[in-house]
This record gives sequence, C-alpha cells and structure tokens, in this order.
Amino acid sequence: MKYLDEFGDPAIARALLDDIARIVTKPWAIMEICGGQTHTIIRNGIDQLLPGGIELIHGPGCPVCVTPLETIDRAMAIAALPGVIFASFGDMIRVPGSSVDLFQIKASGGDVRIVYSPLDAVRIAQANPDKQVVFFGIGFETTAPANAMTVQLAKQLGLRNFSLLASHVLVPPAITAILDSPRRRVQGFLAAGHVCTVMGMGEYLPLVEKYHVPIVVTGFEPLDVLQGIRMVLVQLESGRAELENAYPRAVSAEGNLAAQAVVRDVFTVCDRAWRGISVIPDSGWRVADKYAEFDAELRFDVSDIKATESPLCHSGEVLQGFLKPNQCPAFGQECTPRKPLGAPMVSSEGACAAYYHFRRIQTPATA
Amino acid sequence: MCLGVPGRIDKIWQGDGVRMAAVDFGGVRKEVCLEFLPDIEVGDYTIVHVGFALTKLDEKSALETLELMRSVGLLDEEFGLVADPNEGLR
Ligand code: SF4
Repeated sequence: MKYLDEFGDPAIARALLDDIARIVTKPWAIMEICGGQTHTIIRNGIDQLLPGGIELIHGPGCPVCVTPLETIDRAMAIAALPGVIFASFGDMIRVPGSSVDLFQIKASGGDVRIVYSPLDAVRIAQANPDKQVVFFGIGFETTAPANAMTVQLAKQLGLRNFSLLASHVLVPPAITAILDSPRRRVQGFLAAGHVCTVMGMGEYLPLVEKYHVPIVVTGFEPLDVLQGIRMVLVQLESGRAELENAYPRAVSAEGNLAAQAVVRDVFTVCDRAWRGISVIPDSGWRVADKYAEFDAELRFDVSDIKATESPLCHSGEVLQGFLKPNQCPAFGQECTPRKPLGAPMVSSEGACAAYYHFRRIQTPATA
Repeated sequence: MCLGVPGRIDKIWQGDGVRMAAVDFGGVRKEVCLEFLPDIEVGDYTIVHVGFALTKLDEKSALETLELMRSVGLLDEEFGLVADPNEGLR
C-alpha cells in the first residue's frame, strides 16, 4: 500500500480503513463538497483504498470552477481597460473565459496583479490613487469575510478608486440543488470544514432533517477525510441521518461570529449562476446596495457581455458528479493544465486538475 | 487559494485601522489580518485563509498539519512559491 505512508499516521489510517471494511455491507455513494478534499482523495488514493462499492462523487466545491463564465468575461473586459489595475487570486489567472484568460490580458498590456490576500488589493489602491483598482472577489463562505473586509476598509479609508467584482457562492443551496436533482445518486455528504469554521453548522440541520441524509463536517487532510467517510458510512449502515462534526479542532457549532457580521454587513444574498450547472436560487452573495459605490459591476459598464462556453467541455457534469473527469472525452487530449478548456483543469481545487496531476489518465472500469 | 494553513502568531500591531500579525508558517512568514479573531495573542496558533486568521488551533494539530502540507508540496502551492503556468506574473 504505497499511499498509506503519506497519511501522516499510517497506523491510524490502517485502523480507519479496517473499521470501514468491517462496517460496510452494501454499496454507498458519498459526495465530498470541498475541492481540497477531492485533491486529497485522489492524491492519497482514498477512493481506491475503500471497499469496492463505496463510491466517492466529487462535488462542486471548487470556487474558481463554478465562477460563472459571464463574470469571468466581465473580469477580462475590466482588466483590459486603460487606467485599471486588476487584482486577483493566482488561481483565476489561467481560467479560460469565452475567448481569452487574464494571463493573455496581462500579456497584451493589461495591468493584472496576483495578490495573496484581498487586503493587498486595498494597499495597491492606496498606493495608486490615479488608477482604478478592482479586486476579483470569488470564493465560498470561507473567503467571503476576507473579501467583504476590503469593502469596509476601502470605505473607512475613504478610497474612491477601489471596487470589488464579487462572485460568491454558498454551499447549503448547492447541496439542496444536488439533493433535488432527478439524477441524484448521493446518499451522504462530507461538508467542507473551513466553510463551517466561518459559518458554523446550523445551516445543515434543516437539510439533514428534510432529506434524511447524513452530513459530516470534516477537514481536507487524509485522516480527516477518512474519518469523515467512516462516520457517514456508520450512519448509512444504521439508517441514521444526522449532522456530525469530524473536525472539532477547527469547527464550532456557531462558527466565527465576527466574520459572519462583516459578511452580513457588506453582502446580500442573490441568485447565482454556477458555471456549467445552472442558476441556483439564493446561492450567492453580491455587494449590498449600501456599498454600491464599491461594486465593480456598477462602476464599469460590463453587464451586456455574452459568454460562450467551449462545446467540448463537460465541466458542468463533472462538477455535479455525473461524470468523473477522466470520462470527459477532452480530458488529457484537447484539455490539459497548459491548454485548459474548462476551469476544473486549471484551478488548484479542480477535479480535472487532480485527476491529471495524480495520473488518473485511464477511464475507470466502473462508472 | 482555498486552503486554510496553520501558523503561529509572532507579532501583533495595528495597521491602517486593522489588527495585523506576522504569522510563521513553518519558516514562511506572512502578514495576516486578525480582525475576525479579536482575542488571539502572540504565541497562539491559527488557521489562516487568504491572509485572514479564521480560528484558533492547538499547537499539536497545527504542527502536524503544517508538516503534512509541507510534505505534499501544498505550502509552496498555497504561498505561490512553485513554478507553475503563472510564472512570470509573480
Ligand atoms: S477535462 Fe477539461 S474539457 Fe473535460 S470537463 Fe474537465 S475542464 Fe472541461
């Protein structure tokens, strides 16, 4: 078992796997929501270490991947404008828009800058009063407080040259959409630990009750993922559906109240189109009206952009767990990390990138 | 970009109206905003996501996670220290 050495503590990994093998009596399908968990599963071969019949379905938990194409195209249009400094997380730079990516905008003269923290974008605005600085604020609930803070800070500092292009997505409405889908196969969920570090666990209780589905909150390290899977399987095998926490060292029931307060102040819930999937009601956050002057979508007139997705890319099906990445006909052929057709091949959380980097090249025998 | 990385708070100061800290991630040092953890102190460990401390973490868990992340190259990836297709932009 070459992978077991890479679990941090191989003895615990072995014990968890033995326990899983002991309790499982029938096939089950579990979805992991977080892209970091997907990478761990593929890197450590967790899907291959589990008993046959236990399927891990990769969920839509890569924020870069689900950022709508229209928003990416708007980002390109703004970034190409003279007098604009466009700041973004590094993951977005190679994400293909309808015709170009941010890297190409940069190569043809756009001032595109990678930042590690959203606060860096505010500092760039302070240092460049004669330029309009736009920060591309994407992400799940984990990233939203940091992005929201830029707006509060820009207001506090009286900056007139900073705005946020916000495209946030929320996990619970996505789980609801997956559970409501007529093609639903998922029987239990691993929820994303760091999302719950911010938001707490309360939003998942109604889902557990309404759909009678086990949800276990866990982290993205190999032992956390294994422990989460074990807890979901114990519930499934005993017919229980509960909300459990496999990641108590970083997740409390109430979450981070200070972070939630900033998000509530700066953002408003909105419908959001998830790239390749569809519009999911109430599944996003946008800049609230009271901060309209910091909303890049209002500051720059980019609303009538029409986006066209590559006809070869099946990212929507991959993101909903209907296709494994290596079942996409373009995987590793027309689509590679150097020449990506879709976002899941470039993002560090994307499922296609995970399969490519960890050499899951051949199509699996069972689908 | 989506990961949370544990680190140790080395120094705290007030910068432009926000509480900031120098955080050591097993040798890599970064400036981190503490606005979401008003009570955290020098010497504490915290999980940091895109430059913001999100929650306190015990030392043992923090060090184990850091070591694991280092061993599979995630630290370099998270802090943009690896050669990748974005090369030349950093
Ligand atoms: S392999 Fe490429 S083309 Fe296929 S779904 Fe993934 S990103 Fe899209």
